[in-house]
Amino acid sequence: MTILTLIFLLPLLAAIALVAVPRNYNVVMRGVALAATFVTMLLSVVMFIRFPGAPVDASGYKFVTTIPGLGAEVLGIACKLGVDGLNVGLVLMGAVVAFAAACCAFDIRERQKEFYILLLTMTGGILGAFMSLDLFFFYFFHELALVPTFIMIGVWGHGERKNYATFQITLYLSVGALLALIGLVALYLQMPPDARTFDIPALTQHFAANPMALSAQNFIFPLLLFGFGILVSLWPFHSWAPLGYGSAPAATAMLHAGVLKKFGLYGLIRVALPMMPAAAQSWMHILAWLCLGNILYAGWVAMRQRDLNLLIGNSSVAHMGFVFLGMASLNVIGLTGAVLIMVAHGFLAALFFGLSGYIRQQTGTLEMSALGGLAKPLRFVAVALTMAALAGCGLPGFANFVGEVTVFFGAWQKPELQLPTVLAVWGALIIGAVYMLRMVRAVMHGPLRPSLAGVTDASAWRKVPHVLLLASLLVFGFFPGLLTEKIRPVTERIVAAATGPDVGALVAVARDGR
Amino acid sequence: MDLAGKFLTMNLSLISLEIAVTALGLVMLIADLWLPPERKRWMGYGAAVALGLLFLNTFTSHCSCALVGQSAFGGMFVQDALSVFFKRFFLLAGALVLVLAVEFADRIAGGISEYYSLIVFALAGMLVAASANDFTLLFVSIELITITFYVLTSFTRGRVASLEAGVKYLILGALASAFMVFGIALVWGTTGKFNFGDLAMVAGKFADNKIFLSGVLFVLVGLGFKIAAFPFQIWTPDVYQGAPTPTTAFLAVGSKAAGFALLLRFLFSAIPDITAQWASLLIVISGVTILYGNLCALPQRNLKRLLGYSSIAHAGYLLLGVAALNGAGQSALLYYLGGYLFTVLAAFAVITLVLRHLESEDVFGLAGLAQRSPTLAATMTLAMASLAGIPPLAGFFGKFLLIKAIVERGAAHPAYYALALVAVVGVVISIYYYFGVVRAMYWSETVADRSPVTLSWPARAVVGVCVAGMFWLGLFPRTALGWTGEAVRVLNALPGM
Repeated sequence: MTILTLIFLLPLLAAIALVAVPRNYNVVMRGVALAATFVTMLLSVVMFIRFPGAPVDASGYKFVTTIPGLGAEVLGIACKLGVDGLNVGLVLMGAVVAFAAACCAFDIRERQKEFYILLLTMTGGILGAFMSLDLFFFYFFHELALVPTFIMIGVWGHGERKNYATFQITLYLSVGALLALIGLVALYLQMPPDARTFDIPALTQHFAANPMALSAQNFIFPLLLFGFGILVSLWPFHSWAPLGYGSAPAATAMLHAGVLKKFGLYGLIRVALPMMPAAAQSWMHILAWLCLGNILYAGWVAMRQRDLNLLIGNSSVAHMGFVFLGMASLNVIGLTGAVLIMVAHGFLAALFFGLSGYIRQQTGTLEMSALGGLAKPLRFVAVALTMAALAGCGLPGFANFVGEVTVFFGAWQKPELQLPTVLAVWGALIIGAVYMLRMVRAVMHGPLRPSLAGVTDASAWRKVPHVLLLASLLVFGFFPGLLTEKIRPVTERIVAAATGPDVGALVAVARDGR
Repeated sequence: MDLAGKFLTMNLSLISLEIAVTALGLVMLIADLWLPPERKRWMGYGAAVALGLLFLNTFTSHCSCALVGQSAFGGMFVQDALSVFFKRFFLLAGALVLVLAVEFADRIAGGISEYYSLIVFALAGMLVAASANDFTLLFVSIELITITFYVLTSFTRGRVASLEAGVKYLILGALASAFMVFGIALVWGTTGKFNFGDLAMVAGKFADNKIFLSGVLFVLVGLGFKIAAFPFQIWTPDVYQGAPTPTTAFLAVGSKAAGFALLLRFLFSAIPDITAQWASLLIVISGVTILYGNLCALPQRNLKRLLGYSSIAHAGYLLLGVAALNGAGQSALLYYLGGYLFTVLAAFAVITLVLRHLESEDVFGLAGLAQRSPTLAATMTLAMASLAGIPPLAGFFGKFLLIKAIVERGAAHPAYYALALVAVVGVVISIYYYFGVVRAMYWSETVADRSPVTLSWPARAVVGVCVAGMFWLGLFPRTALGWTGEAVRVLNALPGM
């Protein structure tokens, strides 16, 4: 039982244990959920700290372990877990956000048993997906985490459009996941019949040594790009995100927007870029323009929002654009920045949705016109929300700044990406600042409405998740080296695979062929 | 061949399992004469235990299932890995369904022992179907299954719905049988062969013979009726809704699987050369069946009717494995059937146990089940999730294997990619109505009945076996994949494939 096995198994075991707990033991449910996610978080912190010194296996992964019994050799499926620089930060972020989400589940008053079972299943699924070094289990765990999201939004969600939101998010994300599944299966079938495996390191090595046929790349890459893209709310497939998050209970939105959404990005970087470099190069120009849809369009939409959660949801769509831009740059700096943003945005999105959940619980509404002047009664929340807003518009000191600026540096190096980069910077600095600061003004400043006189600030216990998330943002903002040192060797390998001399030749062949 | 020679090729030890099951049915009919009414409950349990023991016995060397590679009745009856796989499948299904039948006994006015023995006779037909390698045996087994099901369907004589279902099944079943006999006659008339092995040798020569091809098509009509594939699915929702729940369960699992056993043998043992050319037909049928089943299931309020449409959709998914025309597809089909057995029987077990006292099996009859019996609510949730193909349950792994088999063929024929997309769309649609059932159990506002549901020990055992089976096939596929791989090797070893 290695540390990785424990990290993802603990929440799942806790979920199974909760099944046996009688319905009215609500304190036990909460206790088990908090304890399980807390220990998971501690374990992943330990894992993160021990990471630099841990022994590396032949393919560059650490803490590699295979869970016996699961999977099937006949098909080349094995439940193999491992981390490298790319996912070590994501696992840590996922575990921290999961604990914070469990803390923020205070507002769930009904059917707590089911809620905590689903929350723990989701947590275990997400962490398993990020750690999995096997494409089958990579997808398996994601699906395991995805389905609870739909149920949680449908049952514990808020707002009149809850049912529509559930319907929409289920439809979009199921289609996205299944498109990606077809792509992953097709990828597996590209291996020679006697060597077929879902093992990610083996696949990467194979396709590095024997590049895939261009026709196959051009078929599989779009499947993965749009399949995973829908999961990450790539424009124009983003419309599920704001409404879904707007209707979701706080804890669900935190886990989904913060962690689960990064699965698609992680899949693209881990699987699509190194294994299908030629197709990646030809699609990256298109991706660079699509990401402007995220940054500018979703940014503009965010400016017009009157509901706090819809605004945050749109801003989270916008932030995904920076990750796509970093990916499109296809160089070490840009890709490292993309991974940094993935981690930073996870903390930030969780922080936002945690705070908005608290405000909703206190005031009963998230309509910004009905709020205002909350800075006085809700001192802590006001400070945290302002800090989150500043982090969201890229203020130095927060981890998001580091990621975004690195992405811009990376993208600027590519002459054909300079125009998108300029527009993206504009979108980040101007549009982001406008809606974030207007939001802070509308919610926190101005006269306090008499109807809101009874609100109370977060108790010490309720501050824990927000302090934790803010601290994480600041730690990685001030010491980005903690992450970049780990990420860089991996992105160097991926970029080398994606832009190697063979790839250039293949791309040239493709261009001449047209 | 003289008479003595014919007798020698009968090889009776090979059909000992079928003889044992038939004898069990006869013994039950006779025992009914002496058993006092209050003991009859035990007769069902006894039969279930007997079938369970026969099932376990197939894993030992004392069973005819150990005689792999032999044939009887001059090659009409074969015993190979494929037939052994299906025999185990049917025995397990029969044992579980018999327990459900005991639970359902209160609803059946008279002749409960006949009900049990008819289930056992239908099972005997399925066992024969698993081994049929000849048109005669194919027809005999199908009729044995179908005719017993006519009676089983209309067994609750007091209910109009049940009678209506019986009549519908009878008329459409007879029509399908007529088509099938006609097809067999045409095939025999052109080729002069009844045996699948002999037919495979000559079928390639008749690839352009219109009469032969119509014969093949008519046989497929008959089999399409059994598996409820489009456009022969019309009977399914009505019969599923009207029939007594254990009958529906056995129809969904056993009868459908028997249809697939025969279909696999017919397509891949008897006419491999023709099948190889009919990929487009199979692709279209499979895709349309998936879409039809899933779309029609959307507005259903009656639980059994919903499962009827869902069973049409699943016939479509299973046909993906046939349409793939390769070993991976056939193996995936068998795997999916295995998962389907546990999943569907779990769902019908819940319906039997919870709704047996209600006149209509409306989805809202499950309202408040989460409070009435958390175990059953959890079982139904798992069954619905598995049907929808959500990990870590059997349905997910099965669908994964099927889609993999389809995509694998995509390089040869781009229509397979379209088929994979249709399958994916079907899965997305199905999530909606399966979760409607889950919602009714956990989150209904109005709950008519709050009394706890009591579970007998055998019922608990059935539910436990089904849930364990769903997780086993979803998480630890290794052993079962070995079996299915072994089973379909029989089909691939044939000439022409």
